[in-house]
Amino acid sequence: MMEASIPMPSVMSERLPANLPSPVSIQPFGESALMLGVGASLPAQRRLWAAWHALREREPRVEWVLGMGNLTGFFDPLAIPAARIESALEAAWQESAGAEGEAGKRVEIPVVYGGEAGPDLAVVAERTGLRRDEVIARHAGAEYIVYCLGFLPGFAYLGGLDPLLACPRRASPRIAVPAGSVAIGGAQTAVYPLASPGGWQLIGHTDAVLFDPYRETPGLLSPGDRVVFVPVTS
Amino acid sequence: MTLTVLKPGPLTTVQDLGRDGYAALGVPHGGACDPLSLRLANLVAGNDEGAAGLEITLGGLALRFDAKTTFAWAGATMQVTLDGAMLHPAHRYTAGKGAVLRFGFAERGARAYLALAGGIAVPPILGSRSTGLLAGMGGFHGRALRRDDVVECGRAPRQVPGVAVAQPERGEHLRVLPGPDWSLLGHAAQRQLLSTPWQVGLASNRMGMRLTGAQLECDASDSLDSHAVMPGCVQLPPSGEPIVLLADAQTTGGYLRPLVVIRADLWRAGQFKPGDTLRFAEVDSDAALAALAAQRDWLARVSRSLAWEAR
Repeated sequence: MMEASIPMPSVMSERLPANLPSPVSIQPFGESALMLGVGASLPAQRRLWAAWHALREREPRVEWVLGMGNLTGFFDPLAIPAARIESALEAAWQESAGAEGEAGKRVEIPVVYGGEAGPDLAVVAERTGLRRDEVIARHAGAEYIVYCLGFLPGFAYLGGLDPLLACPRRASPRIAVPAGSVAIGGAQTAVYPLASPGGWQLIGHTDAVLFDPYRETPGLLSPGDRVVFVPVTS
Repeated sequence: MTLTVLKPGPLTTVQDLGRDGYAALGVPHGGACDPLSLRLANLVAGNDEGAAGLEITLGGLALRFDAKTTFAWAGATMQVTLDGAMLHPAHRYTAGKGAVLRFGFAERGARAYLALAGGIAVPPILGSRSTGLLAGMGGFHGRALRRDDVVECGRAPRQVPGVAVAQPERGEHLRVLPGPDWSLLGHAAQRQLLSTPWQVGLASNRMGMRLTGAQLECDASDSLDSHAVMPGCVQLPPSGEPIVLLADAQTTGGYLRPLVVIRADLWRAGQFKPGDTLRFAEVDSDAALAALAAQRDWLARVSRSLAWEAR
């Protein structure tokens, strides 16, 4: 049921405001969570990665989860007072100043574009008015940034898609998109870490395993990583 | 010790209290939709509160014990029989080898929990034995139980005489706190959200409950940046019909969050089935913390009194 109707991540094109910071807020999310909101931009997100790493070290009993321009801490309110989480969030945000320029590790993801691996490549070419090889060149020619993970285990919210490649979702979603599918939906691109229903246009496929619970590091990608898609032939 | 599934029912899965620490990777918390009933069944069966048991959705499970086994069940009201004899919830029983346990259809509530002494022995994945259906991860081979599955239990703690505990009351109310986006709703939508007797829709599962009964007017419905969400978060998508996220909730979302179910009522949220009526009752955070403390005290008292019986 609901699997078919999970909203895919909301639009996340890189917004780069001239002035930082946007208004910073810390607000309660129920009695056992607090969310720091700083507004979505790449420099702000870089500070959030730094704050996230620091908080995971400092308060390991709290579950720290990144969003787009926000960071939430989930805690046991009978064991840890909310005020302590609030000051930890505030301190970590203050201390993250200066982290705006930091870059994460670079991950190359081999992709077979088109054919059976990317059945919608022709659709994307037609919708964008580009030739198929141009779509591939533009998609593989950019460096993407992992803003955060969520939605599915190992699913990375990537920023950096060439705006010319933006393409509407399918009118009716596929019931099963194979794991490893490389797709474009609206102004975003992503890799499906697991087989799941989905409405994005499939332009390729990777054998890279984005999520494996049996691996020492289950997720291939971490917040802040830089991702490059490398065209390969099957 | 093993048991053999004769009939799985619509959805029976291995669940414990879920996974902590992996939400930032996109891994749902998971675990029992009604963790209180699982804890209770475990305590009565002589286990630790967090042992893995079976979550039986809407009933229909039949299984055979392949050896003498101590067990207890709790949660939704179902007709449960052992070789035809009626069993009570939250009572400790011991079944003989070959005995058949059957769960009838859920009359009240949605999910029953079966705790077997020693717990279900499946390997923990990312710190939990719960079944993640979406990722096909953990539990019994990452999936719901099927006919003829043979499920293994751990070694039973020492045997003790039969005990019984009264189950807590459920009711149709979920106590809530205003969520981060409460103020983005107009006054009329706020009132409607709190006063509507919501119906639980058919399209509900372990990820969330879809509610019908009114369509709330709201402007900013799809304009939020993606943010963390968790079980108990009430989302309001552009349709204007709320969703109450449950144990298998995705880790991030982008819909408005007008309400959050208090922690002490998460177990109640896991017990509504399609067609049930649900109402939200607003409380403040002091009341939410007091309710959580009271619930933990109650579990601790149950645990102590069972330990006393077991001496």
